[in-house]
Amino acid sequence: MGKLNAAAVTKIEEICDRYKDEKTPLMMILSDIQNEYGYIPLEVQELVSEKTGISVAEIYGVVTFYSFFSLTPKGKYVIGCCLGTACYVKGAQQVIDRFSELLHIKPGETTEDGLFTLDALRCIGACGIAPAVSINGKVYPKMTVPQVNEVIASYRSNEEKEVTA
Amino acid sequence: MAKINIKIEGISYQVEEGLTILEAAKQCGYEIPSLCTFNHGECNAGSCRVCLVEATGARGLVASCVYPISEGMEVTISSPKAVEARRNSVELLLSDHNQNCQQCDKNGKCELLRVASITGSRELMFSGEHSEAHIDTLAPGLVRDTSKCILCGRCVSRCENAQGIGILGFENRGFNTFVSPAGDRSFADSPCIQCGQCVNVCPTGALMEHSEIDKVDEAMKAGKHVIVQAAPAVRVALGEEFDYPIGTPVTGKMIAALRRLGFERVYDVNFGADLTIMEEGTELLGRIQNNGVLPMITSCSPGWINYAEYNYGDLLPHVSSCKSPHQMQGAIIKSYWAEQNGIKPEDVFVVSVMPCIAKKFEKEREQEKVNGIPDVDAVITTRELARMIKRAGIMFKHLPDEEWDEDIMGDYSGAGVIFGVTGGVMEAALRTVYYKLTGKEKDNITFTEVRGHDAGIREASLDINGQTINVAIASGMRSAKILLDDIRAGKSKYHFIEIMGCPGGCINGGGQPYVRSCFLPNEDPDIMDTYKEKRAQALYKEDEGRPIRQSHNNPQIIELYEKFLDEPNSHKAHELLHTSYAAREGFNEV
Repeated sequence: MGKLNAAAVTKIEEICDRYKDEKTPLMMILSDIQNEYGYIPLEVQELVSEKTGISVAEIYGVVTFYSFFSLTPKGKYVIGCCLGTACYVKGAQQVIDRFSELLHIKPGETTEDGLFTLDALRCIGACGIAPAVSINGKVYPKMTVPQVNEVIASYRSNEEKEVTA
Repeated sequence: MAKINIKIEGISYQVEEGLTILEAAKQCGYEIPSLCTFNHGECNAGSCRVCLVEATGARGLVASCVYPISEGMEVTISSPKAVEARRNSVELLLSDHNQNCQQCDKNGKCELLRVASITGSRELMFSGEHSEAHIDTLAPGLVRDTSKCILCGRCVSRCENAQGIGILGFENRGFNTFVSPAGDRSFADSPCIQCGQCVNVCPTGALMEHSEIDKVDEAMKAGKHVIVQAAPAVRVALGEEFDYPIGTPVTGKMIAALRRLGFERVYDVNFGADLTIMEEGTELLGRIQNNGVLPMITSCSPGWINYAEYNYGDLLPHVSSCKSPHQMQGAIIKSYWAEQNGIKPEDVFVVSVMPCIAKKFEKEREQEKVNGIPDVDAVITTRELARMIKRAGIMFKHLPDEEWDEDIMGDYSGAGVIFGVTGGVMEAALRTVYYKLTGKEKDNITFTEVRGHDAGIREASLDINGQTINVAIASGMRSAKILLDDIRAGKSKYHFIEIMGCPGGCINGGGQPYVRSCFLPNEDPDIMDTYKEKRAQALYKEDEGRPIRQSHNNPQIIELYEKFLDEPNSHKAHELLHTSYAAREGFNEV
């Protein structure tokens, strides 16, 4: 290990201590770390393993099982395409494929510039407005393939404005 | 335990409450096929679905390995519905299996192939996509091929339960799930101790030892002086590969087989074990008398050494600097033996037959070389030796019993024999330490307080000539960890600790013949509980029958010191027989 800085070690230990009286604390710990840092790399898992006594392989298994957890840093904008039954029936696969095509990344990956991460989600409970896409929590209802281009273009132009401003 | 009434196939039985259907059926004389259930629920994932039966009160078919029996339950194993369901389960497993059975070293011992046969699985009933194969051949000890894996989880449980390491886990989800060290790493890039306990429980060929039979063939072809040495635990398990009852020593036939395989000399590693005791016993007394680092911990088990280097780098000064017996003996063969026979060390090729997979790693260590020449060139497991014997067409049962080579080395004491079982190194050392401290032999030579055949911790306190010696023994890293944490906390009261990597010691090593009730119809149904004791008893029996039972009385050991090594822990002994350790990072970047 040794790659984590002292502040991160302190923070992660503090997160582990929050749940030290829980019988099965792993999900809560990982959830807090994911929220805090946006990802859970192996070095962090080793530290959690040391603190909780749960094996690294088991922690790694949990992290790779749930799509909410990530092993790599996520982009500035996290695009979540719902692929639940209702969204899928309404054409969500074509929507996510279009995102993939335009961003040159597969679901689960992040663009090289660190701007976008594309995630495939299971039902997010927005079936009434299927197919639904959420970007950093903002929900885009009834998404269509042509709209994908516009959405990306608007984020890109906002980004350029921020940079020049 | 209360009894309850159940019916199986319409026949009434009374069985203990709280059992699963599968366990209850076994007591009533039915073996329901299953793959993921193993060893009294050590693994009980309910995932393979090969054990489906019909049971009243349940909705549909149930997995009998996890479904509990209840009063009045009627279980049907042989209904057309249940039979078809089990066959379907196996066919589905086969649909994502590489089915290269002819080339698989597990052939003949594969449980998947067996259930395919007994459930009547048909050819290619379900064909479709195959999940991605993850293949790891980088580690000297272990090979992993997920295209043969059925995701039963036995290896995951064994690593966690026996060793407390949890190297293996399930990664990803659904169709993409595979079993691996974290991040699809090689065993070589993770803190795996390469003990091979996972190999011992794998139902298929997904986890295997890294075979070195080819290396032996190459050396023979190249005309090297190929010398073989076999560890004590091999002789009491090899017979199982040739249908002898578990616990049958086949020493004489094994020696005969090794000669017929073309080895120039056939030596017992027990000579090396005796040498280890001379060195280690002297080291222990030195530490006690000179206020050295205590407790001292044995160093014979390379699985344990790996564990120490990964997890207890701060405690390495506690570990004896002695090489393990086969490495010591390898070093002696390439120096003393080669010199006496007028052969250059580089023309000698030493093969060790071991119950162990971690030894394959150990022999590669830089610290196990003398002047750049490795002490040992190839390590084959008990199972690999059986394969070589079968390959050569040798009819093992018809072989004569032959004797070890004992030309200028190779004679051994009973103390060397019991190295193969947990507590054995301790007992062997105590026999010699007793003599060194009192100047006479102990009347009753055995130290039964340190004996056992299972995992867990045993301890004893001995008063030898006014000197109290506290000792402890642990096998399996889960037990060892308790002793090690005490040392780290400064609470350890022991002088000497024996640690073996595998639960039960070498007799239960990762390279030993697979023990599966389903392949051992002539053994008792509880063989999974008794095989370790049976193998251990065979070793203790050989010890009892030896004319010399203490390492320091082995005449060839005495001669070796007189002619070559000078005295235990001498400069020359240190050069050849001692090693060093270094803390290692657990996970490598990949």
